Amino acid sequence: MSDRATLVEMRGIHMEGRSDETWMPIIKGVDLTLKKGEVLGLIGESGAGKSTLGLAAMGFTRDGVRISQGSVHFDGIDLLAASAEQKRQLLGKRIAYVAQSAAASFNPAHKLIDQHSEAPLAHGVSGKSEAEQDGMELYRKLRLPNPDEIGFRYPHQVSGGQLQRAMTAMAMSCRPDLIIFDEPTTALDVTTQIEVLAAIRNIVEEFDTAAIYITHDLAVVAQMADRIKVLLKGDEVEEAETREMLSNPKEDYTKSLWAVREFQRPAKAAPAVDAVPVVSVQGITAAYGKMDVLKDVSFDIHAGRTVAVVGESGSGKSTTARCITGLLPPRIGVIEFDGKPLPLDYRKRTRDELRQAQMIYQMADTALNPRQRIRDIIGRPVEFYSGLKGRAKRERVDELLEQIELPAAQFGDRLPSELSGGQKQRIGIARALAAEPKFIICDEVTSALDQLVAEGILRLLARLQDELGLSYMFITHDLATVRSIADEVVVMKEGKVVEQGPKAEMFQPPHHPYTDLLLSSVPEMDPDWLTNLLAERGVENIGDAASAQMD
Amino acid sequence: MSVWLNIALALAVVAVLGWVFRFAGQKATGNNPYFRDMPYAVAFGFALAVVLILAGVWLYFQPAANEQGVPAPSVIFWRWAVHFVAGSAVAAFLFRLAGRHVGTGASRKLFRQMPLTAAFGILVVLIYAVLAIFAAFIAPHGQEQVFAQANVVPGGNPALGGNPEFPLGTDQIGRDILSRLIYGAQNTVGIAFATTVLAFLLGGTLGFLAAVLRGWTDQILSRGVDVLMAIPSLIFSLLLITVASAWVTGTGLTVAMVVIIAVIDSTRVYRLARAVGMNIVVMDYIEAAKLRGEGMGYLIFKEILPNATAPLLAEFGLRFCFVFLTISALSFLGLGIQPPLADWGTMVKDLSAFINYAAFAPQIASAPLLAAGAIALLTVAVNFVVDWMLHRSSGLKE
Repeated sequence: MSDRATLVEMRGIHMEGRSDETWMPIIKGVDLTLKKGEVLGLIGESGAGKSTLGLAAMGFTRDGVRISQGSVHFDGIDLLAASAEQKRQLLGKRIAYVAQSAAASFNPAHKLIDQHSEAPLAHGVSGKSEAEQDGMELYRKLRLPNPDEIGFRYPHQVSGGQLQRAMTAMAMSCRPDLIIFDEPTTALDVTTQIEVLAAIRNIVEEFDTAAIYITHDLAVVAQMADRIKVLLKGDEVEEAETREMLSNPKEDYTKSLWAVREFQRPAKAAPAVDAVPVVSVQGITAAYGKMDVLKDVSFDIHAGRTVAVVGESGSGKSTTARCITGLLPPRIGVIEFDGKPLPLDYRKRTRDELRQAQMIYQMADTALNPRQRIRDIIGRPVEFYSGLKGRAKRERVDELLEQIELPAAQFGDRLPSELSGGQKQRIGIARALAAEPKFIICDEVTSALDQLVAEGILRLLARLQDELGLSYMFITHDLATVRSIADEVVVMKEGKVVEQGPKAEMFQPPHHPYTDLLLSSVPEMDPDWLTNLLAERGVENIGDAASAQMD
Repeated sequence: MSVWLNIALALAVVAVLGWVFRFAGQKATGNNPYFRDMPYAVAFGFALAVVLILAGVWLYFQPAANEQGVPAPSVIFWRWAVHFVAGSAVAAFLFRLAGRHVGTGASRKLFRQMPLTAAFGILVVLIYAVLAIFAAFIAPHGQEQVFAQANVVPGGNPALGGNPEFPLGTDQIGRDILSRLIYGAQNTVGIAFATTVLAFLLGGTLGFLAAVLRGWTDQILSRGVDVLMAIPSLIFSLLLITVASAWVTGTGLTVAMVVIIAVIDSTRVYRLARAVGMNIVVMDYIEAAKLRGEGMGYLIFKEILPNATAPLLAEFGLRFCFVFLTISALSFLGLGIQPPLADWGTMVKDLSAFINYAAFAPQIASAPLLAAGAIALLTVAVNFVVDWMLHRSSGLKE
């Protein structure tokens, strides 16, 4: 690989972003070299500047961002000095970009194939019918179902994973020398993700395309990249070959990233046979309109234990939570709290019944009122349920902030927008704790967070459970999270519970084929994982194809 | 036909100038990216702007009257416009400069980031507010006071038929126009403000209620609003006021007008409040508040309203302009604010015959234009402020 010609050469890149009347540095002097046919993984937490740097490799900056120093050469062409016309010749033809959200990047008013053939037509690479033929060929290579027909659908008529592959096909339409993948699988389920990963890797290898693969998921980048570059707050931490980097990271920051996945709680003893569960869901069937989305779901959550509910999106995890909270009263079934049945509609529950079950949301951004100060957000449930006022309320809020490890003096008077993602999620936890509940539903609380931050939240939740004897229902699609925090696991698919039991049993075969598929689809840090898995199961037995076979 | 030919020729010249401008720019700056990547449309725009500015300067320095002493109205009106715009710009600049050096840190920062148009808008709104509130102390004469001299020409120059005692002249029955303009601020703006507030209380509350309750409440309210919105608003208000005038007269009619316009305009506010509310209601923090067991009042006023203030405030500015124009239009038609109360719409109507003098006696024609100008100025000023507020609330930074 090392003897190949250099394709992209970035030297001493400094980038700045406009914020609050001044230019703030975003990238502080990063070098990047990419050889022809090589895949470079860019990793780092959000705000590290990965996407900004990735776009700069195309000579492009978002509005309000500028390249203040440095040079970008693509195949000998100075991209920073190139005219708009010269860049137009390159972009789309020799450099392509695949965005995180394919759903937002396709124009919903045009058919896939029309959007696909746009670039080849505009660049004069091929005619319309040739481009369409080629599109179908690429769809076949990317293993899309019905490759001859799928292009004539509109973006909303295909699934998220298929759309992401169609987007990759579109980037490939002019056979570019360089593709920039900006978190292409972050928005997808694990079972879908693996399919997209396999497809991308396959096609990049086949056409010998160079790629910059931006992600925050280490296990994913381990499968995709030849080399990995780690960024932290606009600075390069280190860069090495993938295997070297995984087996022997040099810097402390990289080591801490690698260690995240090692957090695991000791297993708890099984609950007594005659113990009354805190929450008992008994045979609930619920419907949106006339469509049943939950079918006969039953499970128990015992005091001081965590039940993880896993499954891909659309499997009914969050709907189960809505049934328990009473937002969606189930059609059939009973929900018991401490052995007593709860009214199914939340409006019929007493204030004390509402207090006992609290919820923490996935998106801390939308879960906190942006116009209320932290003190008011946490203070409201304190006042509402316990009737504390003035000084007593203030002390209670300080105590809660203490519990979530945020100093009250510093954070109490801030607005949610002045906090980071992890801090916001902590405020969400504090608001739930303020009600002094017995039971908390955690709905994908870590999936919007960086891995290091997510680990902090998991440790906090674990500590609070030990201290306060809380019970958690932990909704997630991330099995690494399940491994680290759960006591029991409930696997859901299409509104049904396919399997449930203690964690230790769940991670050992034999289990239900769907559980098996879920477990095997979680990327591991081993760079050979995807290759081995494909060799072992065959391309037919991953992702949607495998799910379809199961029914 | 030759007019069109001339325009086509002039545009062709501008088109060539634009090309030359860009070419010269490229050569002079050694192919600087700004000129190199400049689209032709932008170069054309530059050339057109330069030509128009030169034409404006040329018009400004033309003589105001020919050798026979016949005034040239286009030159005179153009000079007034230039003086007015330049004066406004200077006033706005000084106002902004003052704001940057007086006040708290937050207000200074506000003025630092403020565009000149917004500063102008705020200044005008402030002046109008002061005039409206203190009209009784500022106005030199009463609004109903009739003087012996009718139809005094504005400008206060006796040689042109003016009178220094009435700087803006008198109307057709001899009332001082300056005093009536000031009182008009109180009447027209005050009533428009009250109407807009009423419309917002009504429309905002119902809109949020519909957003929170959904279902039948939403259906009934929204379809009712649809029916009201289906009827052209000016015709509808004319009709209702005519009906109301069968029962009430004088001040009573003015109150009826306020209520009628408020109800009709509240339909637009309802639509906005409902749409904004719908987007907020689906947020998780509303769900969290509902699950806490909070009541409807807390949801609407503590959770939803603070998040809806930016769009509602912007809408308030625009809605105020529309209400204000509706009242002026109604007054112009004789159904709005009733004499002897001074009102800008009525003033335009009463003096409108003088517009015919514009072709040869600009001073005389300016009498009805003063009230019309007062309306236009406030509308423009409010829109400047609203634009700026929308820009700020949308989080766009230049």
